[in-house]
Amino acid sequence: MTPKRAEHIALGLMVSGAFLALAILLFIIAVIMIKGLPHVTLRFLLDNPMDMGRAGGIFSTIVSTIYLLVVSLIIAIPLGVGTAIYLTEYTVEGKVTKIIRFGTECLAGVPSIILGLFGFILFVVKMGFSWCVLSGGISLAIMILPVIIRTSEEAIKAVPQSYRDVNEVLGGSKWQGVIRLVLPNAAPGILTGIILSVGRGIGETAVVIFTLGTSLRTPFSIFDSGRSMAVHFYILAQEGISMKNAYATAAVLVFSILIINIFSYYMMHRFVKGRT
Amino acid sequence: MAARLVKGALTFVCLIALAVGAQGCRKKKKSQKTGRGYTSIIIAGSTSVQPFAEKLAEMYMVKYPNVIINVQGGGSTAGIRSAQMGIANIGTSSRNLHPEEKGLFEIPIAYDGIAVIVNPKNPLKNLSSETLRAIYAGRILNWKQLGGVDHRITTITREEGSGTRGAFEELVMEKTEIDPGCIVEDSNGSVRELVSTDPYSIGYISLGLVNKQVKAIAIDGVFPSVQTIKERRYRFYRPFLFLTKKKPVGLTLHFICYVLSPEGQRILAKEGLIPVTIIHGESTLCQQQRQTSGKKKK
Amino acid sequence: MPATAADIRKKEKIIQRVFLIIAFSSLFSLFLIALFIFIEGFPMIMKVGLKDFLLSTRWSPTRGHYGIFAMIVSSFWVTIGALLFGGPLGLMCSIFLVEFASARWRAIIKPALELLAGIPSVVYGFLGVVYLVPLVRDYLGGPGLSLLTSCIILGIMILPTVISISVDALVAVPNSYREAAFSLGGTRWQTTYMVTVHAAKSGIITALVLGMGRAVGETMAVIMISGNALKIPTSILDPIRTMTSNIALEMGYASGMHRQALFATGIVLFFFVMALNTIATLFARRKAIK
Repeated sequence: MTPKRAEHIALGLMVSGAFLALAILLFIIAVIMIKGLPHVTLRFLLDNPMDMGRAGGIFSTIVSTIYLLVVSLIIAIPLGVGTAIYLTEYTVEGKVTKIIRFGTECLAGVPSIILGLFGFILFVVKMGFSWCVLSGGISLAIMILPVIIRTSEEAIKAVPQSYRDVNEVLGGSKWQGVIRLVLPNAAPGILTGIILSVGRGIGETAVVIFTLGTSLRTPFSIFDSGRSMAVHFYILAQEGISMKNAYATAAVLVFSILIINIFSYYMMHRFVKGRT
Repeated sequence: MAARLVKGALTFVCLIALAVGAQGCRKKKKSQKTGRGYTSIIIAGSTSVQPFAEKLAEMYMVKYPNVIINVQGGGSTAGIRSAQMGIANIGTSSRNLHPEEKGLFEIPIAYDGIAVIVNPKNPLKNLSSETLRAIYAGRILNWKQLGGVDHRITTITREEGSGTRGAFEELVMEKTEIDPGCIVEDSNGSVRELVSTDPYSIGYISLGLVNKQVKAIAIDGVFPSVQTIKERRYRFYRPFLFLTKKKPVGLTLHFICYVLSPEGQRILAKEGLIPVTIIHGESTLCQQQRQTSGKKKK
Repeated sequence: MPATAADIRKKEKIIQRVFLIIAFSSLFSLFLIALFIFIEGFPMIMKVGLKDFLLSTRWSPTRGHYGIFAMIVSSFWVTIGALLFGGPLGLMCSIFLVEFASARWRAIIKPALELLAGIPSVVYGFLGVVYLVPLVRDYLGGPGLSLLTSCIILGIMILPTVISISVDALVAVPNSYREAAFSLGGTRWQTTYMVTVHAAKSGIITALVLGMGRAVGETMAVIMISGNALKIPTSILDPIRTMTSNIALEMGYASGMHRQALFATGIVLFFFVMALNTIATLFARRKAIK
């Protein structure tokens, strides 16, 4: 086989591999959108589920999902951004940072079902919160923490050193430098990470089902149980309650994830552009 | 601008935190004031009972809008436990209690048949209970052995701890164990979905959930239906139990009595269950309740 | 009120402390997770005996049998299978992206493939049941819910992990390597597989190992498409039950010993994942040292 021939074959393989992966993605999105979107009406979005989800809409599950995400972000953002600030601004590379980084990597690798088990035993059973937005929110916060740490760290690192030098020359304390210069300049990057983690949280099921529960009522307090959209979709599809509503719920889910990803990509793009 | 963005985000976060905190406080007040304003009960347990309990709760809350009923799944065993531990006001179970689980206050709310289902394309109409047991024990593996086509049987069962599985083991399997090679699904609905798509499968589900997608078959010559169960000819049925730690009082009692009332029983019958009154007669629990509430009205 | 230098220094000290504490939050969570899973599951392993727990294939908690060997084997096979499907495909994608694609193509394809990570796992499972399972059942036989179906779906699900990390590894290879190979008369492909891929080897291995970690930990999709049967699979068309699906399937129902046994399954799973993570970190570090 001539090198030229090998080159062609290899290129063919690589291209077909990339396009196969793209085709899979397009197939997933197309199927869900084509089968689901026609059933997504304003009433579907704003009505509460009736008859176990066989009829009515998904309003209460949208509320549960948003409520859950807000609670988990309130917990995860300060911790995640704080960790990133510590790693980049308040310490030098060494044993401590290595341990923290390893811990973060490991946490990112913990399977969601383990997190679900943990949230269930600690928050639902031991602390007696029962299935509720708080239990779900904390467990989900642990899941998205590594994503926020990683993206915030990168964003903060990308802030030019000169900013910090200027702050020091002007006699500002480190903290003032962080608050006035570093964080504002890293904000778009940090926001990208937050948006990405929202995307991850929306689709999560294994953690949520054991900590938030499956109650179809709209949660009001953080001690109320609820059912997130992803869990609702799982139950509708798995138990064959209503394929029509399952597809419609999936369409809402996938659509919001698409928007979130495109938005975060756009943010990142602007962020990178602003840097150079 | 970016600084303002951060500030804005921070205020937003703080506001939400405050709102959440306030919600939390309100929750505390609410539970102190139980009895006035709106009140709530928690029902948890069997996933077989769950759809019916949700339906009942829905109708009840339409009638009494100031009451909130939370229905959780979890499974029969979890339902029994949560009633014992007092996590739920009412635990539900779709099987009889084991001897070591006794001590709870048991209220049967309805009876439910267990139907053995196959794909509508399958010509099978009847199975003897021995053959059924042999299929689930993994001794009969091919439809050919039952006079059908030469194809492996896809045997579908439920997971350990499920009330439907418990009842099936008790009524059909007796002492034999279910073969570990069986496919395991975690709800009646998913068993039905699977049987409706796989022409070579067999499964068992709540009689109330049999629909056109699947075909129920007769066992020992008796076809499962509300009628045959009422006549005590079809013997594969189990109770749906409401369990409370002590004799129910207050709102819990009121809801239970609603379920046992002709209206509640009509809802359950419409969903394909067998009303409990047909087998037990009217429960004494609610006669008293009705009398006392009647007196109050006067 | 002007702050003195000493005041500021004191304040800075406190702020640094606070951040140090925050920085340990992820490590602390990891510790808590491990602790609670162990507290809940370990007594049960002691009671049943490690050997009976790990090496018995009989799982029947209501009858007092707690052997998870079949699930360990199934989890192992499904992870290998997912790697066989997702690994080569992911590598092809990333080599194409880094070495062959024009900047414009890259700008479109890379974020699109990252989107695969955003699709919820329940959606993967659902589409697997609706489209892949009937295909396997009708053309290959068996119940369709099988090891093979799980491997394919998991293979797709690990793609984003494999691609994003191996792309980083390939991009990190200095251009001078490629230029040197070109100047020696190598074609683009020869350069790629003899020089670039070789140089990025440890990064690629990290990508594959982390992909395996994702596959072994995936739950909801697997529960929907694997069939959950309790036997050791003898063919790729047999239904299987992984450790993750065992936990999720029975968790809602379990109490007492049964629940502890599920947490014990979690311990084993935790060890698997931590081992894979450590291996990945080791490889990643080797790259850094180079």
